[in-house]
Amino acid sequence: MKIQEADAKGLLLAQGLPVPPWVVARTAAEARAAAERILATGAERVVVKAQVLVGGRGKAGGVKLAGSATEAEGAARQILGMDIKGITVRKVLVGEAADIVTEIYLGAVLDRAARRILLMGSAEGGVEIEQVAAERPEAIVRIHAHPFLGLLDWQARQMAFGLGLAAHRAAAVAIAKGLVRTMLAYDADLVEINPLAVVRTRAADGTESLALQCLDAKITIDDSALPRHPDLESLRDLDEEDPTDAAARAEGISFIKLDGTIGCMVNGAGLAMTTMDLVKRAGGEPANFLDIGGGARADRVAAAMRLILSDPKVEAILVNIFGGITRGDEVAHGLIEARGQQTREVPMVVRIVGTNAEEAARLLTEARFETATSLDEAAAKAVAAAQRTTPSGSPSRSPR
Amino acid sequence: MSILVGRDTRLMVQGITGREGEFHSRAMVEYGTPLVAGVTPGKGGQTAIDGRVPVFDTVAEAVTQTGANTSCIYVPAAGAPDAILEAAGAGIATIFCITEGIPALDMLTTVKAVRAAGARLIGPNCPGATSPGRAKVGIIPGSIHREGRVGVVSRSGTLTYEAVQAMTDAGIGQSTCVGIGGDPIVGSTFVDVLELFGADPETEAIVLIGEIGGAAEEAAAAWALEHLRGVPMAAFIAGRTAPEGKRMGHAGAIISGGSGTAAGKVAALEAAGIHVAGSPTEIPALLRAAGVG
Repeated sequence: MKIQEADAKGLLLAQGLPVPPWVVARTAAEARAAAERILATGAERVVVKAQVLVGGRGKAGGVKLAGSATEAEGAARQILGMDIKGITVRKVLVGEAADIVTEIYLGAVLDRAARRILLMGSAEGGVEIEQVAAERPEAIVRIHAHPFLGLLDWQARQMAFGLGLAAHRAAAVAIAKGLVRTMLAYDADLVEINPLAVVRTRAADGTESLALQCLDAKITIDDSALPRHPDLESLRDLDEEDPTDAAARAEGISFIKLDGTIGCMVNGAGLAMTTMDLVKRAGGEPANFLDIGGGARADRVAAAMRLILSDPKVEAILVNIFGGITRGDEVAHGLIEARGQQTREVPMVVRIVGTNAEEAARLLTEARFETATSLDEAAAKAVAAAQRTTPSGSPSRSPR
Repeated sequence: MSILVGRDTRLMVQGITGREGEFHSRAMVEYGTPLVAGVTPGKGGQTAIDGRVPVFDTVAEAVTQTGANTSCIYVPAAGAPDAILEAAGAGIATIFCITEGIPALDMLTTVKAVRAAGARLIGPNCPGATSPGRAKVGIIPGSIHREGRVGVVSRSGTLTYEAVQAMTDAGIGQSTCVGIGGDPIVGSTFVDVLELFGADPETEAIVLIGEIGGAAEEAAAAWALEHLRGVPMAAFIAGRTAPEGKRMGHAGAIISGGSGTAAGKVAALEAAGIHVAGSPTEIPALLRAAGVG
């Protein structure tokens, strides 16, 4: 589960990391009020940042600086409602614009191969770590946390020195350890501070000093761990979620909407991906990934059918079931029931093999479903069916 | 011989009295797997599977009483890491964890501890392993197999059934089929299982079924190039059409930051001389072309 920058900053702050204050505003007026308060504390400028769960906000114009409350209001007005990679911006973060001296990248991820938490740092902050990794891999400092003890002091020091932060050693050590602690505390699979910045601050008497601050934050939470963090569930941003995602979650169905025209219903994640791949190979485009899970019964099959049909672009449906724990006849009953409730006519191709496949075949033939025996045949038939339903008779639309 | 499960297997099921545990234990017994013990804390002294299998409160007791050497775990996610560690602590050599939805950070410590205890973990979130005609541990349907000499290793469940069924239909039997699990952190990787197949005199060819996410397939390709020269291999990778940044059902199946793509995995396998099928149904033909009789 991805969470918004503001929420990620809240988690970092709770773990004792230095995060400058911020306010989340949902309207331009709220942004203005927030800017007024921040400017009243002596700040010269504020930054207004779109809160969306996709990268590339800055490039898309979703981050703006403002020197007055009126400018901040104007910036918020421009950003709110903006479309960034298909997501409508519904809120902005307003904070003091930092006087940045240097920018650093610091992030923690799960290293699958080493089976450890990997802390990565780069003195080239503000740039995506993937880009640094591709262009100058030697510029990345990598340290694996201890599997049982977390990030040790000497490891954090090694990172601090590696990033050229000798002058800020104590703060850098605390931040590096805090990052790994944050990951462990909230079952995150990614914690990223980009940039972690050396910023210049001025005290009331005008004296300047330098300090490390977390200016941006990105955290994703391991979905499998959410049951033991009920408080984190409230950070799920329903604004950015397709309503079908929530419906699928409630039904225990794994569903991801895509851009094509062939709806897919499959049991098992690997087979569901393969079914999509074979649709594409047969000349079509999958409309979704859908795994009904193991042992699905008729009611879940019907729910899956509703999810697929809620997408108006779907022109044909491909059902592919390899029965193990899942019983083919149960799925067939679910399909027959679902078709009875169907609000629009969409051709369906069904392939059921494995447990109770013979009974399933009898039921489907009686109910006059179009069936297929092999997976490749099923994909080809579904693509052909979608092409028949396309009004012009032309091949189904490609999303790209 | 076969690997991981075979004639020497003495199986114990942790969570045998639960719905899933009971259902699959019955199927394992019907397949002929020597299921010698069940463990459910608080139900020690009872029996399961129509009185055929004694149930114990602890793994240690089950091991002492029955000589169990392999465990299959159906315990829910919250208790599964503990069940794995209990098995490792009691000296079980091979542990299969079927459970899905264990937090990844739990598995970091659990896998290290299992290895420190000298045990081998397969999974979690895996379908188990079957050595056709000998024993089956887990949830793979027994009916899809045929005895033979091709080893199969996969990150998936039903996709594996699809590939194995295609092999069986084409008359190509299997030595052992192993599902290593769809989670980001698993106890045994492709390389671990390839190593076992490489050392098994009854495995003459290998099928690898991977999917998007991580770099386990790339590591397997590099390892096979160095250590499995002359062993016929075929592969399949799921997720060519998967979008970036979305978790495709399996916790481990995600392309992030441009890494873990199907294209990258296919390229790595082909660079190692392993042909990659465009559909699971093409695997038998690739095996034949690679010299499998």
